[in-house]
Amino acid sequence: MFDYTFQWRSALRALPDMLAGAWVTFETAALSMIFGVLIALALTVMREAQQPVLRGIGNAWVSIARNTPSLFQIYILYFGLGSLGLHVSSWFALLAGITFNNAGYLAENFRGGLKAVPTTQMRAARSLGMSAFQAYRMIIVPQLLRVVFYPLSNQMVWAVLMTSLGVIVGLNNDLTGVTQDYNVKTFRTFEYFAIAAVLYYLIAKLIVAVARLMAWRLFRY
Amino acid sequence: MFSTSFTWNDMLFLLDGAWVTLQLTFWSIMLGSVAGLVFGLLRALLPRASLPLAWVLDVFRSVPLLIQFVLFNSFKSIVGLNISAFSVGCIVLGVYAAAYFTEIVRSGVLAVPPSVRRASRSLGLSYLQDLRWIVLPMASRVAFPGWLNLVLSVMKDTALVMWIGIVELLRASQTIVTRIQEPLLVLCIAGLIYYVMSLVVARLGARLERRWQEND
Amino acid sequence: MIEIDNVHKSFGDLEVVKGVSLTVNKGEVVSIIGGSGSGKSTLLMCINGLEPIQKGSIRVDGIEVHNRATDLNRLRQKIGIVFQQWNAFPHLTVLENVMLAPRKVLGKSREEAEALAIQQLTHVGLGDKFKTFPGKLSGGQQQRMAIARALAMSPDYMLFDEATSALDPQLVGEVLDTMRMLAEDGMTMVLVTHEIRFARDVSDRVAFFRNGLVHEIGSPDQVIGNPQQPETAAFLKSVK
Repeated sequence: MFDYTFQWRSALRALPDMLAGAWVTFETAALSMIFGVLIALALTVMREAQQPVLRGIGNAWVSIARNTPSLFQIYILYFGLGSLGLHVSSWFALLAGITFNNAGYLAENFRGGLKAVPTTQMRAARSLGMSAFQAYRMIIVPQLLRVVFYPLSNQMVWAVLMTSLGVIVGLNNDLTGVTQDYNVKTFRTFEYFAIAAVLYYLIAKLIVAVARLMAWRLFRY
Repeated sequence: MFSTSFTWNDMLFLLDGAWVTLQLTFWSIMLGSVAGLVFGLLRALLPRASLPLAWVLDVFRSVPLLIQFVLFNSFKSIVGLNISAFSVGCIVLGVYAAAYFTEIVRSGVLAVPPSVRRASRSLGLSYLQDLRWIVLPMASRVAFPGWLNLVLSVMKDTALVMWIGIVELLRASQTIVTRIQEPLLVLCIAGLIYYVMSLVVARLGARLERRWQEND
Repeated sequence: MIEIDNVHKSFGDLEVVKGVSLTVNKGEVVSIIGGSGSGKSTLLMCINGLEPIQKGSIRVDGIEVHNRATDLNRLRQKIGIVFQQWNAFPHLTVLENVMLAPRKVLGKSREEAEALAIQQLTHVGLGDKFKTFPGKLSGGQQQRMAIARALAMSPDYMLFDEATSALDPQLVGEVLDTMRMLAEDGMTMVLVTHEIRFARDVSDRVAFFRNGLVHEIGSPDQVIGNPQQPETAAFLKSVK
């Protein structure tokens, strides 16, 4: 039926390099989540602001991040900034692109989460003499965290999957980049990419498992 | 003065690319919806027997789409399948969409309260009648927003098929950039087209949803 | 002493409190009855400044509540409030719910706050629920926890906003018993309630609210037993 012999043995020799690539992938995704969460918090506040310019920027960010392909966002940062004389590395463009994307999606989640915590909780806290800040810190945010925790872990998985786009702007040290390098050298496309797929799957499952464990520890109510 | 070498022909080229994007989206959503509906019903109605299916579909949600494209493409040449890159794009995106739509359908069906189903069965409806006339209409209202989101996200994910050599909107813009060296302008136009397409689909969907709710 | 003087309160264009004056003396229990939308719950929210007012004044122990210079957080420490929807903090255990404000607002040590919380919770009959999360409690238990939470701040005044309205009928009794106990201990209380019989039992005075105004006020025996106004009589008849 087909005259192709799989060469898994030689492909598996690339595993150490690919694992190193997997670490870069994970690191990039984690960084993009940290920055993404911080920016998303700022965007959430901005979108609630009275000031129309702040609100406009916040809404535009969320809208663009959600309505254009993430690959397009990375492209703009890589080629677009370059044409303005701002030459960034492909890794930086990737990180910035995913961060931009994460922030937009998370800001939308945060807004939904804030709605899910009843306003009466604020009332109850204030009625006990807490300041607005205390009420936010001790009553609202902990409950908000629970509501957004699942979307947050989902976004982390997506961030990992999105890092694979780096290869399109020339990144060569993340998991997909390393895999592509081997592919170009040997043309054993299927073997190398199958191994990469397994590694991505494992990273994704690891994130889900850790998130489950954390949720179980954190939210006992 | 602002001058550009971006011509009307380039614009037509971009719109051609956008048309490919829309076609890819349409076919993969068709495929994904049919398969996802069947899989989702299986998952909801026979949760235990369909567990292996859930594991398989989970793989498609946990591996980057780009890698799925490359793998399927090379698998195609290994087994000697003679299909176009466009078909490869549709199949991979379709399976990917099916993996997500399965979960949407499943939670839609599970959102129908058992008491409602008991009521319909008590009126003498058969299992299939109950499914056809009670469960599916109720579930589709719950599942619709999720499906709409899926359409939007698949439309954006079509950008990745450039990697297997299909000239869709983003690839078309890249081709023009290579020629006229004005990346910011061309990419902004491409981005705007994506944005407008998303917005139109979202608006249409919202209108459909509202009309549905009015009848409730 | 709580002195409410000609208070007006609107939500947008809708005026719900239209010039209420009412004085609650130390150690007194005053019940407010009336139909829904008569402005009685809103007035309660104004007493501890959870809702701003448009006109008039409210003074608690001589301190103007609706004044920018007033430290509302300090003032609220001596006014406890219990809500209709109990508003337990779902992410904290029963004990932590009660300990939180004494620690963070009054600055008590963990040990002190814990001792205080244990005492209050035992007092309202939740001595065996310290480590439980509110979500696992019945509505009546959550409401008693909310009472303990307010009492742990050692307030001088307690406001009850339809504290039993959202409860299943068989759970109302346990919460009323807790409130009765508090009244007998001499707490100054303002109750907005639909439990007419209970209001008659524990109150020193009863006020009937209608259309955002005090329509009739007096001793329970007078207002409930022998109402002077036809609207009061009609209302009492409708809730029986």
